[in-house]
Amino acid sequence: MNTSTLPSPTAATRDVLDARADRGFRWLVTGAGVLVLLSLGAAAMSMLWGGRAAFEKFGIAFLWRDAWDPVAQDFGALVPIYGTVVTAVIALIIAVPVSFGIAMFLTEIAPKWLRAPVGAAIELLAGIPSIIYGMWGLFVLVPFLAEHVYPWVDENLGAMPFIGALFSGPPLGLGMGTAGLVLAIMVIPFISSVMRDVFLTVPTPLKESAYALGSTTTEVVWDVVLPYTRSAVIGGIFLGLGRALGETMAVTFVLGNAHRLTTSLLEPGNSIAATIANEFTEADSPMYLSSLIALGFVLFLVTFVVLTIARLMLRQLAKKEGN
Amino acid sequence: MDWLSSSVGLYGRRRARNLIAQTLAVIATVFGLFWLVWIMWTTLTKGLGALNLALFTQMTPPPGDTGGMLNAFFGSAVMSLLGIVIGAPIGVLAGTFLAEYSQKSWLGETVRFVNDILLSAPSIVLGLFVYTLVVAQMGHFSALAGGIALAFIVLPVVVRTTDEMLQLVPSQMREAALSLGVPQWKVTMQVLYRSALPGIVTGILLALARISGETAPLLFTALNNQYWTTDILAPMANVPVVIFQYAMSPYESWQTLAWAGAFMLTVFVLCISLIARAIVLRHRISQ
Repeated sequence: MNTSTLPSPTAATRDVLDARADRGFRWLVTGAGVLVLLSLGAAAMSMLWGGRAAFEKFGIAFLWRDAWDPVAQDFGALVPIYGTVVTAVIALIIAVPVSFGIAMFLTEIAPKWLRAPVGAAIELLAGIPSIIYGMWGLFVLVPFLAEHVYPWVDENLGAMPFIGALFSGPPLGLGMGTAGLVLAIMVIPFISSVMRDVFLTVPTPLKESAYALGSTTTEVVWDVVLPYTRSAVIGGIFLGLGRALGETMAVTFVLGNAHRLTTSLLEPGNSIAATIANEFTEADSPMYLSSLIALGFVLFLVTFVVLTIARLMLRQLAKKEGN
Repeated sequence: MDWLSSSVGLYGRRRARNLIAQTLAVIATVFGLFWLVWIMWTTLTKGLGALNLALFTQMTPPPGDTGGMLNAFFGSAVMSLLGIVIGAPIGVLAGTFLAEYSQKSWLGETVRFVNDILLSAPSIVLGLFVYTLVVAQMGHFSALAGGIALAFIVLPVVVRTTDEMLQLVPSQMREAALSLGVPQWKVTMQVLYRSALPGIVTGILLALARISGETAPLLFTALNNQYWTTDILAPMANVPVVIFQYAMSPYESWQTLAWAGAFMLTVFVLCISLIARAIVLRHRISQ
């Protein structure tokens, strides 16, 4: 009864304790937040540190040297970088139109009852561990392509002028084309779920007015939905690109691990992630190890830039939503 | 009549375009589902055929021999647990910072942005990071390093979900508690966490599903071990790396074992995702 008007000593100490606990808790959560911030910086720094021997020896030319000779201790990143870029580009060429189609199907075409299950099934693809994609690629897709698809490609497309160089070669099944296809399958769920989610943010009155003017579904998606969500759609594509660039296990299985520069998509190649995964435990000299970590640093920088663009693009739509 | 025919032509062309585009969209969806079915079918048929009791009772065999994956299952469980135990509490706290304490400050915005990047950063990069941070310092591979590498994958997932789930808690609940004179940390611990618990648990489960299939970071940190060990400071077998090594090997018995492991892994990951989904659904209905 008195405590409300005259705080007793125990209540006062309790206030002090509470205030102290409050400050402590605030420091704790802020510290955890800063730790997240630090971990990204520390990751970059540690790889720069680990790769310093390679950067010191080869300089910036490490990026465009095509040597990779563990015996002569001569290393360059050109072949892995080339393989990474080519496989990621193939993946996007396949995945972007397909993802757009899936997003259009899930938001405008499919009957209501079908949308949730099909969407969930596509998202299931994203949940499968990448090593499963790799095994399936190696044991099922590679023999299938080698037997039924690549001989035909080599015979027909390989003979064409200009683009022929891309499609000629021994039908091994392993190679950059296969890796690109597997990557495409892996990024489709990511890109399509971003696209579907942002398509759903388009205000219904906007779409309805277009329909009321007699637009077809395709015209609504192409002329109303897509312009409204353009930045986020590009963000979603970059998110998929970031994933394709850094994907390791699936690519390691089907790329063939060959250190040479080739224009043919049918021939084995290498990528940054696959090189590291394949050779890391076999790296027997400090320079070899350092070159692999330097490769990791290059991969980190590239994905960092790509993912930053992706997030900024995605944020633009969110801002428009807020206003 | 001229205008009529031309307009029919225009309408016809538009309708044809619409039909073609819609058909292509349906084909794209079938294309996506086709791979899902093919991959699941392969894992199911090859994996079920390779399942037997020895898988759960015996150790990983030497080349050409038959055996099981008991040590790998144990190792994966230990390292996933380590990853969750290290990563989840920090993640929950950092998520709390973002949702409750940063109030649109530049620090909060930066942390959120960096966390989003960490969320989709290639796991191989995090593996190399932990290699230079832990393995190179200790001088040898260890399960502890593997756990730390996995913690860095758990962290951004948990931060993101905690942040989102806390923001979903109605602000009236905060205000009601604060107006009673409850200090903010107690409001957070006893009101907000309780209300957001299903969401936070879902985030941790999703993180678990993600790390249980991670291979690349473990290659550089935990490596592999053919034998049974409970020493977390020593290299330890784990399911993904065993699958990787055995699948790439020329021995038939190893490849069969790899398929059995792949089947178990897929089933585990899908079950965890389904449970996470069920929690979200039930939570949403109860609200």
